[in-house]
Amino acid sequence: MISYTLHTYLLIAVFLLAAGLYGMMQHRSLIGMLISIELILNGAGLNFMAFNRFLAPDPTTGQIFTLFIMGLAAAEAAIAVSLIFAVYRKYKTSDPEQISDLRG
Amino acid sequence: MVYGTFTEVFFYLFVTLIAFGALVAVTSPILMKAVMGLAMAMFGVAGLYLYLNSPFLALMQILIYVGAVCIMIVFGIMVGYTPKQLAEYAIGPKNTVLAIVTSLLTVGVLAFALVKTQWVEVAGAGAGDYSLAHLGETLMTRYGLAFELISVVLMIAMVGAVAITWNGKRRGIK
Repeated sequence: MISYTLHTYLLIAVFLLAAGLYGMMQHRSLIGMLISIELILNGAGLNFMAFNRFLAPDPTTGQIFTLFIMGLAAAEAAIAVSLIFAVYRKYKTSDPEQISDLRG
Repeated sequence: MVYGTFTEVFFYLFVTLIAFGALVAVTSPILMKAVMGLAMAMFGVAGLYLYLNSPFLALMQILIYVGAVCIMIVFGIMVGYTPKQLAEYAIGPKNTVLAIVTSLLTVGVLAFALVKTQWVEVAGAGAGDYSLAHLGETLMTRYGLAFELISVVLMIAMVGAVAITWNGKRRGIK
């Protein structure tokens, strides 16, 4: 039974991480990069749940860790979207290639 | 036995959802379709949480990721004046080889490592109390610090998001 082995879940998590890395480098807009970050965070959550199910004696640890990751992802998405708005207002673009100057 | 076959079939369905959704999310040239792919992959992960004995987390995954994060990203695309040349040609021509090599290398190294590792199965793992009541009780007692911490982080994030978007508007930053 493939759904009862730890390796299956870990391989799916690795796939999500790799897809997120690929998207980080390929997407041209800040929103696209945010989408890729969410994929990576999902992979991390899946990893914790898999270890929780197969290797941990206490079943609540991994679940709480995954809930924590979900909360962080929601907070991070809110901050990122508002930062993208602010960046757009200043630079009139959300192309990361154009946003290249610092000002003190 | 029939029940077991059904659960296997649904497992493959969820894995296919994840694979297809993640590929759409990172390869679609249209940004809106990428968000839909992300939502699809998150549904698949929610399905896998059911197999990991946690229906509560599956529901939370759908509620938070699909219901909140994806909608916020959609709003970010629609309200955030993403220019057309970015929204409809979202995948860049640069870095393609670098991106493919990096992601394949990541998969290769990590998959090799985790297949080679001898995972020690703990006796009684997966057999504990998975009920929601126990989870809530632990969250209030043993993991109280995590609970408080995530509340503070969420509040600061909300206030910060509002402050960042408001300030720029009031000062008229061009």
